[in-house]
Amino acid sequence: MPEPTTETRGRTGKPVLLLACGALAREVLALVEMNGWTHLDLHCLPAKLHLEPARIPDAVEEAVTRMRDAYDRVYVLYADCGTGGLLQARCDALGVEMIAGPHCYSFFEGNATFAAHDDEITSFYLTDFLVRQFDAFVWKPMGLDRHPQLRDQIFAHYETLVYLAQTDDPALDGAAEEAAARLGLAYERRSTGYGDLAPFMARAAQM
Amino acid sequence: MSQDEDDLVLSELNDEELVLQMHDDLYDGMKEEIEEAVHILLDRGWQPYDILTKALVEGMRIVGIDFRDGILFVPEVLLAAGAMKGGMAILKPLLIETGAPRLGKMVIGTVKGDIHDIGKNLVSMMMEGAGFEVRDLGINNAVESYLEAAVEEQADIVGMSALLTTTMPYMKVVIDTMVEQGIRDDYIVLVGGAPLNEEFGKAIGADAYCRDAAVAVETAKQLIARKHNQVA
Repeated sequence: MPEPTTETRGRTGKPVLLLACGALAREVLALVEMNGWTHLDLHCLPAKLHLEPARIPDAVEEAVTRMRDAYDRVYVLYADCGTGGLLQARCDALGVEMIAGPHCYSFFEGNATFAAHDDEITSFYLTDFLVRQFDAFVWKPMGLDRHPQLRDQIFAHYETLVYLAQTDDPALDGAAEEAAARLGLAYERRSTGYGDLAPFMARAAQM
Repeated sequence: MSQDEDDLVLSELNDEELVLQMHDDLYDGMKEEIEEAVHILLDRGWQPYDILTKALVEGMRIVGIDFRDGILFVPEVLLAAGAMKGGMAILKPLLIETGAPRLGKMVIGTVKGDIHDIGKNLVSMMMEGAGFEVRDLGINNAVESYLEAAVEEQADIVGMSALLTTTMPYMKVVIDTMVEQGIRDDYIVLVGGAPLNEEFGKAIGADAYCRDAAVAVETAKQLIARKHNQVA
């Protein structure tokens, strides 16, 4: 990856901060690499915050406040993520832009496309990250390692596990299919690429 | 589990010890032990209502506090709820026979587009335990479903639950329809679900946002009492 130069830094000569959910790290770095956006600095908050979404706004505010002076501008790579509009309100108050959408499933598929199938209510979604971290972020937090009998209660109304694939990786495809079987769900793979994340980051990268 | 606990014989405990043991067993989600203890207390002549309130509801209240404080998590609460359900199944017909006090009637369901019913099921169970009659409408309810049930049941309370940011705005559709039909003030409207908050509840015109099942029960009791006072 090339070193940042004066030309590729922000207007103030400082870099641009992407404050992201840890679940997006790999995808953000892939886009940075692909596009040579070396003036974008990535800082991630723990993906486990998703297990308690009410903590996300405070965590974002703390990081923005602590880090913003070192940057030309800050972009928040969280969607609403179960905060019920509170993260948007917090970002508005802080004067920073966040990516649009209810969650990463939606912006990876593209918010417009995702909204068009809002009747797909019995689908349980995984991204590349969640396929890789299925045990840590799904199986164990739901207690299925300790109490497998809860599976049919927790997933009673789900029918299909939809793997929204950011990359074309047969190993992840296999792991996602296996996850579907463990949850007792039908399996579908849907290739999304990086969806709305790419244009959002392209805007953040603009001088 | 220690050897001592393995050897614990519920029927050998006195009433006070047994009730405390039931709180522990609920906490640990031990359904069979709860069912056994309920039968023991019934055999000792306890009123079903006393078993419900002193053993089961009180036990779940403790579970609720530890859930709120981040000591217990959803899987443990589900197991506790399963144990309480086992006890409730024994008591329910007896409660009807013995004419236990009824505080009011609630219809409750998850809103249109939302299939996540864990929280709704907990509220439903705790409301029943607290003496409310509950008609559970299940998942994915359109406005007509709520309003038809509320009228049919002559309900006091309409409860709506949502887990998704994308489905919670539907609660406003239901409340707005109630306003349009001139029936909004006929019901107490309670809303809950992970992405909701106090501000959202106010903004959509609900009577209260309930953070968890225990808050829902307390709020329902307070608002029902206030409603009765207004009528009186």
